[in-house]
Amino acid sequence: MAKTLYDKVYDAHIIKAPGDDNLLYIDRHLIHEVTSPQAFAGLKEKNRKVRRPDRTIATMDHSISTRSLALDACGPQNALQLQTLANNCAEHGIELFAVGHQKQGIVHVMGPELGLIQPGMTVVCGDSHTATHGAFGALAFGIGTSQVEHVLATQTLKQSKAKSMLIQVDGQLAAGTTAKDIVLAIIGRIGHAGATGYVIEYAGDAIRALSMEERMTVCNMSIEAGAKAGLIAPDETTFAYLQGRDYAPTESHWQDAKTYWQTLYSDAEAQFDKVVTLKAGDIAPQVTWGTNPGQVIGVNTPIPAPNDFTDASERESAAKALDYMGLQAGTKLSDVAINQVFIGSCTNGRIEDLRSAASIAQQGKVADNVTAIVVPGSAAVKRQAEAEGLDQIFLQAGFEWRLPGCSMCLGMNDDVLQKHDRCASTSNRNFEGRQGRGARTHLVSPAMAAAAALRGHFADVRDFQE
Amino acid sequence: MTTTTGISTHTGRAAPLNQANVDTDQIIPKQFLTGVTRAGYGKHLFHDWRYLDLNEQELNPDFALNMPEYQHASILLCRENFGCGSSREHAPWALADYGFKVIIATSFADIFYGNCINNQLLPVALGNEQMDTLFDHVNAQPEAEIHVDLPNQTVSVADHQFSFDIAGQHKQNLLKGLDAIGQTLEHEGQIEKYEDNEPVWL
Repeated sequence: MAKTLYDKVYDAHIIKAPGDDNLLYIDRHLIHEVTSPQAFAGLKEKNRKVRRPDRTIATMDHSISTRSLALDACGPQNALQLQTLANNCAEHGIELFAVGHQKQGIVHVMGPELGLIQPGMTVVCGDSHTATHGAFGALAFGIGTSQVEHVLATQTLKQSKAKSMLIQVDGQLAAGTTAKDIVLAIIGRIGHAGATGYVIEYAGDAIRALSMEERMTVCNMSIEAGAKAGLIAPDETTFAYLQGRDYAPTESHWQDAKTYWQTLYSDAEAQFDKVVTLKAGDIAPQVTWGTNPGQVIGVNTPIPAPNDFTDASERESAAKALDYMGLQAGTKLSDVAINQVFIGSCTNGRIEDLRSAASIAQQGKVADNVTAIVVPGSAAVKRQAEAEGLDQIFLQAGFEWRLPGCSMCLGMNDDVLQKHDRCASTSNRNFEGRQGRGARTHLVSPAMAAAAALRGHFADVRDFQE
Repeated sequence: MTTTTGISTHTGRAAPLNQANVDTDQIIPKQFLTGVTRAGYGKHLFHDWRYLDLNEQELNPDFALNMPEYQHASILLCRENFGCGSSREHAPWALADYGFKVIIATSFADIFYGNCINNQLLPVALGNEQMDTLFDHVNAQPEAEIHVDLPNQTVSVADHQFSFDIAGQHKQNLLKGLDAIGQTLEHEGQIEKYEDNEPVWL
């Protein structure tokens, strides 16, 4: 029978099928300080061990300062959480990339750049943006802390089969539009819960043309449409990215691995439960106007009115969002002033993102009333950016250049916005209060964020030089 | 994930949270995620909506949970896509610690739904019109008791009775309060066998 890519990866990991909840083997488990302490405490309570410390990798990312390497830089509670992770990793023999380690980074930036994520793997992490790793053709999804404990103890997870959705992005992206714009446009089309209960496979010429980092940006936000996971079939772009990375298969196993990886695609006759098609050429640079990522428009589209929505629930959500965001329907985005810019996160904190932002940043200075920070996604991204002189471009333009971490995406450290701050952010969630109580978040691509920083309001990046 | 006593039936008052897309950042904001235990999150539940100040001294009188008629509610009524966003299990921990036993909504986000099952918090999904009926009822008669019957998969209030779906495995886990890890470890032989056949490059 014809199989989808999701079927193939799922089926290859079934240990047993007890009724409606299959038991799947988990190949890679990524952990961090926020969602793991209670899981380790649970193990201790039952006197259980970590089954595969060799398949578990830890990093510090959410609770850490982006100004100091000290664990207590953001207060004693954050320090306790970070120290707890260090203690748990030491006790169970788990490799940890702590603050200051050359391999430290946001869990979803660090994993791929080290070659830890490979096609056909099952990957989990106590973080919803684990969907990122689907860019490699891995089945990757976020889990809760009880499930983290289950994976630590058994290296398996009960996981029923989701429905399948094919999202086909045909044609070519226009100049000035990016992977971030693709995924925001997709969520705008299918809605914030449009893929709940589904695993998405992204396909089509526009997806094939993306680099691995761009594919990660697309898959990263699968959860923002409610999807369990988002996958892209591996190809030569994937193999070239992986070859030679620290944890990728060694030369003696490379050909065997690649031969297997090349079987990982959806068969031509495979059936999907739902198919969505977009034309890449129709996608303009995207900006969210509301309080969920599905409330998004092209940069030159006026802000919608509640009555523009036919669905009653969407109408109510729109009215509430406009109120929270302090926006009037019909306003042009170029008339919406911002005072904060955040460039970074597991969505857009990789080297290509920083290059893209820097190419705009070098064309001017950060506007007077704007605070703009650039937070590399990992220590490796930071080193690479500094080797290329990107840090100097940002600093000379008036951006702050910080240490790697999750930072203002969720503000578990001191990178928190104040009430009524308005932020152009390259992160993934524009929820009420996400970046700070009463703060207003607009999701954009790195280039659009840099453009907003220079202008002091949203601006069409296509009006800048290439 | 600990062994707990199961949940079978529950009768209690409901609080109405008439809003779609309530995300886990709203259920429990990030500044309360620095804990290393599962306890004590209830007082921070819906922090931004429930309190007018950062120190949780001043209650927002317009928020349902603060209204006198909805005190001691043990059932929460919501709309579609409840629990979307972050995978933080602190969200069901906060709901349960506050005193909720059952969440009834039009639909739930996947990760949140699973987290509820693992914490003996019963998530019940009902249709739009059924939710309208429940909201209307609770708005008109806040003291009305709602009866939730997991074995029979029904929700009842006054003369209304609605059926709901739940996966067999989830139902069993809630009814028996099973230790999921213990259950899985019974299959250790199969896990070992799987590991013996893994590709060498992993």
